[in-house]
This record gives sequence, C-alpha cells and structure tokens, in this order.
Amino acid sequence: MAKKILVLGEIRDGSLRNVSYEAISAAKLLADGGEIVALLIGADAQSVAQNMIQYGANRVITVSDASLEQYTTSGYAQAVLQIMQQENADGLVIGHTAVGKDLAPKIASKLESGLVSDVTAIEADAVFVRPIYAGKAFEKKTVETDKFVVTIRPNNIKAAEPDASLSGEVTAASVEVKDLQTIVKEVVRKASEGVDLSEAAIVVSGGRGVKSSEGIDLMKQLADLLGGAVGASRGACDAGYCDYSFQIGQTGKVVTPDLYIACGISGAIQHLAGMSNSKVIVAINKDPEANIFNVADYGIVGDLFEVVPMLIEEIKKAGLAV
Amino acid sequence: MNIYVLLKRTFDTEEKISLSDGAVNEDGAKFIINPYDEYAVEEAIVTRDAHGGEVTVITVGNDEAETEIRTALAMGADKAVLINVEDDVDVRDQYTTAKVIAEYLKDKNADLIFAGNSAVDNSTSQVGHRVADLLGIPCVTSAIKFELEGTTATITRDIEGDSEVVSAELPMLVAATQGLNEPRYPSLPGIMKAKKKPLEELELDDLDLEEDDVEGKTKTVEVFLPAEKTAGKVLSGEIADQVKELIDLLHNEAKVI
Repeated sequence: MAKKILVLGEIRDGSLRNVSYEAISAAKLLADGGEIVALLIGADAQSVAQNMIQYGANRVITVSDASLEQYTTSGYAQAVLQIMQQENADGLVIGHTAVGKDLAPKIASKLESGLVSDVTAIEADAVFVRPIYAGKAFEKKTVETDKFVVTIRPNNIKAAEPDASLSGEVTAASVEVKDLQTIVKEVVRKASEGVDLSEAAIVVSGGRGVKSSEGIDLMKQLADLLGGAVGASRGACDAGYCDYSFQIGQTGKVVTPDLYIACGISGAIQHLAGMSNSKVIVAINKDPEANIFNVADYGIVGDLFEVVPMLIEEIKKAGLAV
Repeated sequence: MNIYVLLKRTFDTEEKISLSDGAVNEDGAKFIINPYDEYAVEEAIVTRDAHGGEVTVITVGNDEAETEIRTALAMGADKAVLINVEDDVDVRDQYTTAKVIAEYLKDKNADLIFAGNSAVDNSTSQVGHRVADLLGIPCVTSAIKFELEGTTATITRDIEGDSEVVSAELPMLVAATQGLNEPRYPSLPGIMKAKKKPLEELELDDLDLEEDDVEGKTKTVEVFLPAEKTAGKVLSGEIADQVKELIDLLHNEAKVI
C-alpha cells in the first residue's frame, strides 16, 4: 500500500547534508509509490529546497520561525509533529546524525510509535537492517505501529543521482512552537574546519602509536589531502592526544567510510567494532602481529612516522590530492 | 535532591559475538555496566555529594543484572531497583523499557535522572528521551559537562565535535557521553557496603501494568552476523616502494582515492 513519507532534511552551514539525500532514497523504499514530502527547517530552507526535489522528493515544505533558528529537541519536535499531522504522513525518515539521534526518539514517543534507528539497509515490506554491538552483528526489525520513525546511518543507503529536470512544489508552512524546555546559550564550533566523521568518505585514524597530539596533526594532514576526516582509537583519546569526539569504536563513533586508514592502531575488538564495516581498510603498524592486519585489505608493516609523510608526498606527486 | 540513574547490563565491549538459535549467545560472556551508564552513575554520585540527597539506580533486566547493580552501589549509589519484565512481556523494545521506568518514576518526585547516551549493545539512543517524554520533563543528550546551580542546570553537549551549551530547569533527564567525567573504581569498603544496600525487585504487577501497556512497538525478526573480514594483502619490499604500491592499489584497484 502506498505510503506518504516525510523526510526531514538537515541543513548545515547553508547546505543540505548528504545523508538528507540518502534519506530520500530510504523514503522511496518505504513509500511503495506514495508521495515523498521533504521538510526543511530554518532560514536557509528556501534556498536549498530545489535540491531535495532533484534528489527525488515530490514536494518540499519549508518552515522558518524565530524559535527554530537554533536546534532544540522540543522546538524541532513540535514543528515536525505539526507538519506530520497536517500532511497525515505515515512515516518519518531522518539521518542518524546528532540532530536525528536526538530528535527521533522524542517524536516517536509523542506519536506512541516504533522507532528503528541507525538503519543501514531497507528490505522489501519495510524490514529494516541495523547493526547491533557496533556492527559485530546485525538485526532485522519491523515496526508494529501504524506510524513509524526511522533514522538512517550516513554512507549506507545510496542517494539518487540528482536530476535537474525534476520539479515539485515548494510551500512555506507556519508552525506554533511553545515552551522549548531547553535554552541554547552558546554553540562553540570546533569541528567546523574539518569534514564530519560520520559522513566522511575517507577516515584517517590514529592510535597510541601516534604518540602525541602532533601525531594526530600528521593524521590531519593526510586526511585534509584526501578530503577526509580524522578519527582516533580509545587508546589515543585516553592518552590525551585528542578529544573524545574523535573516538571510533564500540564506545565512540561507528564509521563506515569508503576508505579507512588505521595508523598505529593495534586493533582491539572494541575498535574493530567501530570501523570494520568500512569498505576498504588500510593498516599501517610497526607490529606485524597487530590484530588490525586481520581486517585490513592492505597493510604496511612500518613506522607510521616514516610511512605517512611518504604517503603525503606521493599522493601530492600523483596528483590525487583533492 | 532525588537522583535516579538508568543503568543497563551489557556485554563487555571486548567480547566477540556469536549466535545460537537465532539470538546472540550469552553463554560464558563477560558482562559490564554499559560504559555510558558508568558516566551517569559517576555524575549522579558527584552531584549528590555536592548538593545532598540520594542516588537510586534503576535497571530493567533479569536477576543476573544484580552484579552490575552491586557495582554501581559499590561506586557510591545509595539504593537500587531491579524491574524484571522478561517473564511477563514477550515483545520488548526500547518503548517497553521506557514505559516501565516512567511508570515506576511517575510518583517518585525525581529531581534529576541520569542515563547513558546509548547502550553499547543495541545502541538505539531511545530510552532516555522516551522516559523524559513520558514524564513530561526535558531531556538533554550527549552531555560532556554538567553544572547545577539551584534548580537550573547548564549542560555542555558534544555535537559531532562542536559543543553546545544549553540550560534547563529541574526536573530533567541528562544523557551522558564520553568526556563527562572519569568513572571511579569501587573501593574495597565500597564493595563491602554495597552488599548491604537496599535492592528492591519489582515485576510488571507491582507497577499495575499489563503486558499490553508495555508491549514493544517494534519487533526483531532476525539476527545475523556480518560476513567475516578476511586479512588482505600485507605489502613487502622497501617502504618507499610499498607506499607507491599502496597508492596504486587504492587508486586503480579499490578506486577509493
């Protein structure tokens, strides 16, 4: 039966995040020929609305309100719920990002509906596939309620090729937002210059072997060159080489980039859980016995302080820097 | 101050996962307090020590969770409640857990509820928000700093590497993530004392709930293991040649750069 699916797009620094386009693909798998309506919130909503159409949304609703200038759980939840109700949407798809993770359970609770989060694939008849134990296993889930909420993990469900010939209506809607429950005092941008770890196509990660925060800087040089993001093992974070927000593993972030370069990482089980579903894994480690080589597609046994600078030079020479 | 901590018993993160009869095999596995919940326990204890009051640990699970609950009591929590619904409810999910906890808490006048941002097993990040919503209180997730002055809490959140400072009024639920604190190890006297601290055990009946009230909103239809990763190619030769070969492989074979 055809279903109407609402996709909440996420705008960051004036542009839509790629996972929002992936969410349209996910919605298509669930709509069964039904309508896909994109919802965009914020002052930039109008300017990026056509992109959602080009990636496959049938129409776009934009909402701009002073109370929604900054993300708050309660404010966004009220806005999304009102639009869901107006549209009588059957389902909601959001990216499994900081916003999606925080917002989806609040909305699911208000709808008294099932939420399947961190979905990596959608099979026929709305069967959702998601990792458990950080990817050491997977489960397939169904939602038992009429309405449903889904968050999808970035980099897993493919976005469509944008099609400039597609057209659709863009309408502005107003919502009533009251009692925000929380007040945002300040947002400190620290990650702004880098690529977001969970969405990055390439991740360069450092372990205890990087020895210091300067070692992490070396990872950053390589990551920047390839247009990727920097990650770290728990060992490197515990040692204070970098912030915990870099941590990849079962505690920390789970990433599935196209390319994961592990430097000076031994490959503890809890770290492997956070990255072993990456498409291609490169390991650089002094210890030939390191466990990381058991999951790596390509390995170099050697000192990362010798190998990584050479890699940087050779990538530049080969003209492969982005 | 009436402080509660939501605590889950989970597999140790160093455990490998195997299946038996289509479910995760728990035989012989080592269990721990969900690492994110450890931050919640620590923050609850620190907050109680600074502002007075009592810390109560709530776990939804079976009898085996007593080990992890006693650990939290040994860290310094005052008492605990274990709510066992496994015999009464067939289809359970995060809604089940949240509904049971909210029902228990509805007349407890909780000022502060600490939870982990997610659990390292199912990692759905749902229970905290659902509990708070059912209780009609604010929920602040991804907390890396918590400060309380009177009835106003100021919380720093980690947002994909950026940080956001929010404030909210008690009562509220705070979901902890890495960086919030350094959880203490239980001391020997703490472990001795923990044995005598009160642990209340409840079932669905005790909360005046029926199976229908708490039945899961989602169902797990299958659990499976990913294809095993096999070791690939370890390069050889001079390091400089290996580096060149690696770049060639990544560009021409794997096509990722």
